[in-house]
Amino acid sequence: MRYDVQVKISLKKGMLNPEASTIERALALLGYEVQDTDTIDIIKFVLDEDTEEKAREEVDDMCQRLLCNPVIHDYEIEINPQED
Amino acid sequence: MKVGVIRFPGSNCDRDVYHALELAGGEPEYVWWNQKDLSNLDAAVIPGGFSYGDYLRAGAIAAITPVIDGIKSLVAEEKPVLGICNGAQILAEVGLVPGVFTVNENPKFNCQWTQLKVKTTRTPFTSLYHKDQIIKMPVAHAEGRYVNEDLELLHDQDQIVLQFEGENPNGSMEAITGVCDETGLICAVMPHPERASDMILGSDDGLNFFKGIINF
Repeated sequence: MRYDVQVKISLKKGMLNPEASTIERALALLGYEVQDTDTIDIIKFVLDEDTEEKAREEVDDMCQRLLCNPVIHDYEIEINPQED
Repeated sequence: MKVGVIRFPGSNCDRDVYHALELAGGEPEYVWWNQKDLSNLDAAVIPGGFSYGDYLRAGAIAAITPVIDGIKSLVAEEKPVLGICNGAQILAEVGLVPGVFTVNENPKFNCQWTQLKVKTTRTPFTSLYHKDQIIKMPVAHAEGRYVNEDLELLHDQDQIVLQFEGENPNGSMEAITGVCDETGLICAVMPHPERASDMILGSDDGLNFFKGIINF
């Protein structure tokens, strides 16, 4: 089976996000007053695996070993089977 | 004393570290990222730079290269390993030192001289300083803000090596900018001792880091 995979990586709640606060300040320069600005990294790829469960397990492993740093990141995995 | 200077695509402080090791009286040797067997070495330094373009996170990709297996073998043999700047980020990514060095509080590349306090002298690299000695070395990084959820443990186990004195230029927790593992043999520092290893550079306060390796 072929799956579309998306991994969304965000900083853990309460972690300082300097990129987000810089964006928020820059928006304010243009007159847009916004709050709670955040940034999320999305990594997308296609994965061949027997079952969705196995695919999820493998992607989780990727997150733990490379895609995220568990000290500062939370992640969300989205897996969708490709339609033929 | 044979000291490996680990090189990745994107390393750029390797020659400076090599020179500083020579100044300190050591016998440096370049080691490429795909070399697994480091058993001929007595110690290793992972120099600064932008390994793999800092893609994903600074140090994340270098952390899974074959040379890291060699580094882990050195550690198992109780040989000293020093990571400087990008080298420090790599050691943190591997998990050989606690915590993480992430995006500066003011998210820009910050290059300046800093005053630092040597917090422990139990590591080989800081053995030639005295505790709480103030030294001058430069920083040059965009991802150097030290974050660790368990600072108490660091204090308890005497794992804080360097702290910024006065200005904290990247917003590190408790101004920490150098940490070591529990044994003190693996050390990760964001400031550059090799860029302060000769008076012609404006300071030679960092040379003792390399002399300390040679004396080990």
